[in-house]
Amino acid sequence: MRVSGKTKVVDTDILVVGGGFAGCGAVYESAYWGRNLRITLVEKANIERSGAVAHGLSAINLYIGMRWNENKPEDFVRYARGDLVGLVREDLLFDIARHVDSTVHLFEEWGLPMIYDKNTGHYQREGRWQIMIHGESYKPIVAEAARRSATEVYNRVMVTHLLKDPRIPNRVSGAVGFNVRDGSFYIFRAKAVIVAAGGASHIYRPRSVGEGAGRTWYPPWNNGSAYALPIQAGASMTQMENKLVVTRFKDGYGPVGFYFLALKAVATNVYGEEYEKTKFEELRKLVGKWADAKPLPTCFRNHVMLQEIKEGRGPILIHTERVTETPEKEEAAWEDFLDMTIGQVGMWAANNIDPKDKPSELTTSEPYVMGSHAVAAGAWVSGPADLSPKGYFWGYNRMLTVEGLFGAGDTVGGSPHKFSSGSFTEGRLAGKAAVKYVLDHPDYTPGSDESVVSRLRDTIFKPLENYNLGRNMVVAGTVAPNYIYPRHGLNRLEKIMDEYAGGVSTFYVTNEQLLERGLDLILTLKEDLSHVAAEDLHQLQRAWELNHRAWVSEAVVRHTIFRKETRWPGYYYRADYPKIDDDHWNVFTVSSYDPISGEWTMTTKPVIKLVD
Amino acid sequence: MHIDPHIRRAYNTEPEMCWECYSCVKYCPENAIDVRSYADFNPLGHSVTVRREPAKGVISWRIRFRDGRVKHFVFPTRTTREDSIPSSRSYPEPVRELLEDQVLSHEPDKLMVPSLPKLPPRPSDGRA
Ligand SMILES: Cc1cc2nc3c(=O)[nH]c(=O)nc-3n(C[C@H](O)[C@H](O)[C@H](O)COP(=O)(O)OP(=O)(O)OC[C@H]3O[C@@H](n4cnc5c(N)ncnc54)[C@H](O)[C@@H]3O)c2cc1C
Ligand code: SF4
Ligand code: SF4
Repeated sequence: MRVSGKTKVVDTDILVVGGGFAGCGAVYESAYWGRNLRITLVEKANIERSGAVAHGLSAINLYIGMRWNENKPEDFVRYARGDLVGLVREDLLFDIARHVDSTVHLFEEWGLPMIYDKNTGHYQREGRWQIMIHGESYKPIVAEAARRSATEVYNRVMVTHLLKDPRIPNRVSGAVGFNVRDGSFYIFRAKAVIVAAGGASHIYRPRSVGEGAGRTWYPPWNNGSAYALPIQAGASMTQMENKLVVTRFKDGYGPVGFYFLALKAVATNVYGEEYEKTKFEELRKLVGKWADAKPLPTCFRNHVMLQEIKEGRGPILIHTERVTETPEKEEAAWEDFLDMTIGQVGMWAANNIDPKDKPSELTTSEPYVMGSHAVAAGAWVSGPADLSPKGYFWGYNRMLTVEGLFGAGDTVGGSPHKFSSGSFTEGRLAGKAAVKYVLDHPDYTPGSDESVVSRLRDTIFKPLENYNLGRNMVVAGTVAPNYIYPRHGLNRLEKIMDEYAGGVSTFYVTNEQLLERGLDLILTLKEDLSHVAAEDLHQLQRAWELNHRAWVSEAVVRHTIFRKETRWPGYYYRADYPKIDDDHWNVFTVSSYDPISGEWTMTTKPVIKLVD
Repeated sequence: MHIDPHIRRAYNTEPEMCWECYSCVKYCPENAIDVRSYADFNPLGHSVTVRREPAKGVISWRIRFRDGRVKHFVFPTRTTREDSIPSSRSYPEPVRELLEDQVLSHEPDKLMVPSLPKLPPRPSDGRA
């Protein structure tokens, strides 16, 4: 195994961790406002195609359409609030909604091919909030804007830990990581850090466990660094129990938006019944007034489908064959899949399914942890000065509870439904605020404790050493007495989360005892993480992805234990508290890990309405 | 993707962590990469092939079903030249006071409404 053994020190003003949609927005905006500042982007893959938008996308899922009076920002707040069963940060949502149209107009100017409605002359709507695009090159376009604005971009460098300033309590001062191609150790010293590292897949065991394990809906490479990095630096997290389960085409995980929203396809049970209608009264008994939210919340739609499957009326079918009657619709449908889930096309081709002739099966995914979709897990952040009520504001927009540390996109909790355009917009908000923060503290130079940095260096490369020391005990294969491989650890973690914390094998059901047992098992796994072995740099990256996933899982389980209700049936169920409990739990859950004592504390914060 | 030093060909080091995003396929200048869809749920005998032409701003797809049916599609990818997007630093420098304001770069112009929208009054709590 060749490792360069080199150390590279990078001094910068603003460090952006993760070059996805939020990170690119943060770079673009901070370079605009901070003309004389160094803006550094660090990305573990290559920003050209990294993150959740690697394929491209076929729709921009958040566009208000203010110029055509299509919607107002407050309409979006109401929609997202209903979908999340009440628990949203309305200040953060309104803030994104009032800016997001300017982001979309920039994308068009940069070269993203938009689709126009011939009758109205407006962007072609897919649904009330979504507009359709020819989006195969969506990510390369957005990445180009960031690349050309940044002072420097480090591709192929994975950030493993944030650095704190030893002289100032609770202040971030940079980050460390390693180059996944040559093994150089990187030390970034920065006056502000923006974490934009995306959500997490492979926390829960996926439905496919063989060669198809990578075909999860959420990309296999996003491993929750967005949460693991700030948690370990002492930042507070919110709503980590709020996991996302999506209804998608079975096995291929193709998107359902175009068929459901634009073509108005229906889904039926095996008897041809539209189960969402027949099951509605039963749903109302479970969730009360929340059943009247329009449109029906994403989790409730999952719930009625799951009931149908449990009662033996599967498979659930989406009737694409009834709505793909013109060549234009057929072509738009294929583009929808080729632009963002090519694996689904392979699945149809392999199984001789042409969606214009035959229906397809739907099912629910394994749970994911993220904050930009129909879900709101992530960091507890300050909102903007002009909108945020007391308790939601502490000086700088999108700053976490650690000084100088900002977040955007999936990183930020309480503000769901921002999707690609809203994540980029939130990156812009964080970028501008970080510039203000740096300029407001002109005398600051980042400090770090040398012994801490050298200890981190040893820790980062330890899996390579574990392998070198332990491999002689192995005749052949992967069964070693003294170490485990990252894949072993991942299998173990996914099994724990699946069986104890409400994964697919229990139909998303859990309870206090299961969760407590799961937590025990995660803590034991975390002890074993210092015995993970890596044969090469590829496995070293996997080792650190596993480490971050274990931190995310611990936070998820602690939050799920704390919230004693079933807020989002269809995402997960607390069998011991099966109902929505507005009297006690119409609040945010907030956790904090203390990096000095190693203790976690859990508390709640009020949900404050800003829009009627 | 890694290169095998003996046969000097590229291979996927970890197929079970492949998302079939086709990024490697689209970018290989020799069109040397093929994808065979996930073995644990997909039968053999199909193919999905692609050609991305940035200079023309289009992408072409060919889909072959197991039973031999074939479909072709061509879609636009970009309306501007590669490397034509201006750096955000190339615009006139904003005045320092605007840093205290809520507008982002290019706003309000790029919003295409006269000004940044405000929270509407909320009759239920008497806020006006
Ligand atoms: C299958 C799918 C379909 C979707 N469809 C749509 C759609 O049609 N329309 C829409 O608007 N939105 C859609 N979305 C949502 C959209 O993709 C996300 O909301 C958006 O990408 C979130 O932005 P982000 O920057 O938070 O995360 P990402 O864009 O995923 O970026 C995270 C980045 O961080 C990097 N990173 C992670 N860890 C580290 C580390 N430790 N060190 C360095 N770098 C790191 C990653 O490599 C990645 O580049 C879809 C998402 C998925 C998964
Ligand atoms: S298809 Fe995507 S995930 Fe698979 S090897 Fe190629 S680039 Fe990687
Ligand atoms: S020719 Fe294609 S597959 Fe081979 S190394 Fe180059 S990019 Fe990779």
